[in-house]
Amino acid sequence: MSAEERRRLIEAMRPEDAEPVPQLHQVDVPDELRERIEAAMAKYPQVRSAALPALWAVQRHYGWCTPEGMREAAAVMGVTPAYLESLATFYDLFRTSPVARHQVLVCHNISCWLRGADDLIGALCEAAGIDAHEADHGGANSPDGEVFVKGFECMGACDLAPMASIDERYYGPLDTDDARAAVEQLRAGSEVLPGKALAERPAAGGPEPDPDPRVKEVESGDA
Amino acid sequence: MPETRMLYRRVDEPGLASIETYRRRGGYRSLTRTVKEIEPEELLTTLQDSGLRGRGGAGFSMGKKASFLPRGDTDKFLCCNADESEPGAFKDRELMQKNPHQLIEGVAIAAIAAGAGWAFIFIRGEYAEVADILEGAVAEAYGAGFLGADILGSGQRVELVVHRGAGAYICGEETALLDSLEGKRGNPRLKPPFPAIQGLYGGPTLINNVETLSNVPHIVANGADWFKGFGTEQSPGTKVVSVSGCVQRPGNYEIELGIPSRELIYGLAGGPPEGREVKAWFPGGSSAPVLTAAELDLPYSFEALADAGSMLGSGSIIVADDQVSIPALALRTARFYHHESCGKCTPCREGTNWTVKMLERVLSREATPMDLDIIASVQDNIIGHCLCVLGDSMAMPVSSMVKKFRPEFEEYIRRVASDSPGLGSDGAAGLHALTGTSSLAPASGPHA
Repeated sequence: MSAEERRRLIEAMRPEDAEPVPQLHQVDVPDELRERIEAAMAKYPQVRSAALPALWAVQRHYGWCTPEGMREAAAVMGVTPAYLESLATFYDLFRTSPVARHQVLVCHNISCWLRGADDLIGALCEAAGIDAHEADHGGANSPDGEVFVKGFECMGACDLAPMASIDERYYGPLDTDDARAAVEQLRAGSEVLPGKALAERPAAGGPEPDPDPRVKEVESGDA
Repeated sequence: MPETRMLYRRVDEPGLASIETYRRRGGYRSLTRTVKEIEPEELLTTLQDSGLRGRGGAGFSMGKKASFLPRGDTDKFLCCNADESEPGAFKDRELMQKNPHQLIEGVAIAAIAAGAGWAFIFIRGEYAEVADILEGAVAEAYGAGFLGADILGSGQRVELVVHRGAGAYICGEETALLDSLEGKRGNPRLKPPFPAIQGLYGGPTLINNVETLSNVPHIVANGADWFKGFGTEQSPGTKVVSVSGCVQRPGNYEIELGIPSRELIYGLAGGPPEGREVKAWFPGGSSAPVLTAAELDLPYSFEALADAGSMLGSGSIIVADDQVSIPALALRTARFYHHESCGKCTPCREGTNWTVKMLERVLSREATPMDLDIIASVQDNIIGHCLCVLGDSMAMPVSSMVKKFRPEFEEYIRRVASDSPGLGSDGAAGLHALTGTSSLAPASGPHA
């Protein structure tokens, strides 16, 4: 659209052209989605605070923030679909285009980059059949629709560097063999990278001797 | 004794995330005393006397901040900032993952001190597994009567909601966090009014970091004087420091502020890999101006790092060793802030964009000597000119790198001047030594 066309379009708009709030009877909201959003609305002093939880619910239900899903959520919340869309496009974790079954976000920020994040993204993409440049600049789906890989900003796990978030769970430190294994495991539907999950990891960089001579434990009346 | 574990005491004890284990260790005694024996004013005095400083970056007195909230019956709120997104920071994640009840107890006590009936933990959406743990712990705390409309039958009310973000660094900025929590895009607000007067839903709001609030139960249990027995006079207590990058044992280390930085980087985190040396380090996350190897003996404290022209920030050290190209590090840093700029203020939106473009020119060997001065002047034009400090957070480290490692930037430029135009990407072997080998983007690898 040229600047002139855009100008004419905007000038021709009237207040009544604004997108209305969809009414519940106009949309067919799945019960589960509706219950989740209503539960979120009930948790806050003001219902608008449930906007992000509502979009999370849409994304969990449909896999991504589909236009229909956002319209349904808008009807439940009593806001315009455009309002929710403005949020979905602002926040990096919401997807506004179709996404593969499994999501792999790879940190490419400083600490992971210093420890081989570029190679990790490269190996993941090679295994999944994805263009690495595309994956690192906005994300890309594998041709078989199984794996979505995206270079992501710091996810707060520099102790695991280089790391990735796979289907919302953290794994690291990962090498290129781990990358190939992870893609295979995701495709096969088996357990992903056993032994590499954050949940299985002790604090402070690894197991310590007990008692650790470097550590003074403070006795406190509280925990 | 390099590590002093207060918040991290027996951090890997199995079951610590459960309310049974936490209570067996004495947990929730402080909250019980708070609702049964302590007047809110006395609680505020204790928090102020303890000298506890905010652990999120600014280092402002926690008790003083809480005392700024007006007294009386208006609806007040407490927001725990768990949107830890500063590159290099990962302490809050581990504190919540390993010991969620310590935070929940701290939130409840701080809410009572501030007279806030509603509390929120704004946790970044990426921390999904930690948010699950936290939600489980909150449900346990409600079940045991430590949260809700009538805490332990005292008539005190604190409702606590775990709110998941959705991926935006800017939401760690306190006013953007409030907008996001109100269901909007995370754009910073003009201050004043400060959140203590007009914050969430227009009401007085206390905003504190996860680590700050995790200290609160210990202070209430043992008193302000006990707490001041740790750390330095200006920075009492312990500090959880995240150390990462080119070190052998990256991780969180809880120390008393004031120990030599070298002790943290070498003694605890093991220093750079065998045969390598520290070249540059960020002492307080990627927003902090970098320091050099010559500055490793600085005490790790708010004051000493500020005097050295940098900052302690959230307490996150990132180490770059002598194999790392500083111009490539500058570009990697700038790209992050460019990506995360919310776009509201022009100096930040445009300044981060053009800084990235100019640094790309340097790394692709297309820059002229003048470009380094332009890069420096762009940073000067960002600092102090926006609603929040996101732009400054790029300008400060990038300026420091250009200033402290200028010859390395000039090296890229000199090659341009001395090479004939015909030498492109397949030019002389010497050029390859200056660039990364990655196929992802020109010169995006860390190594010189």
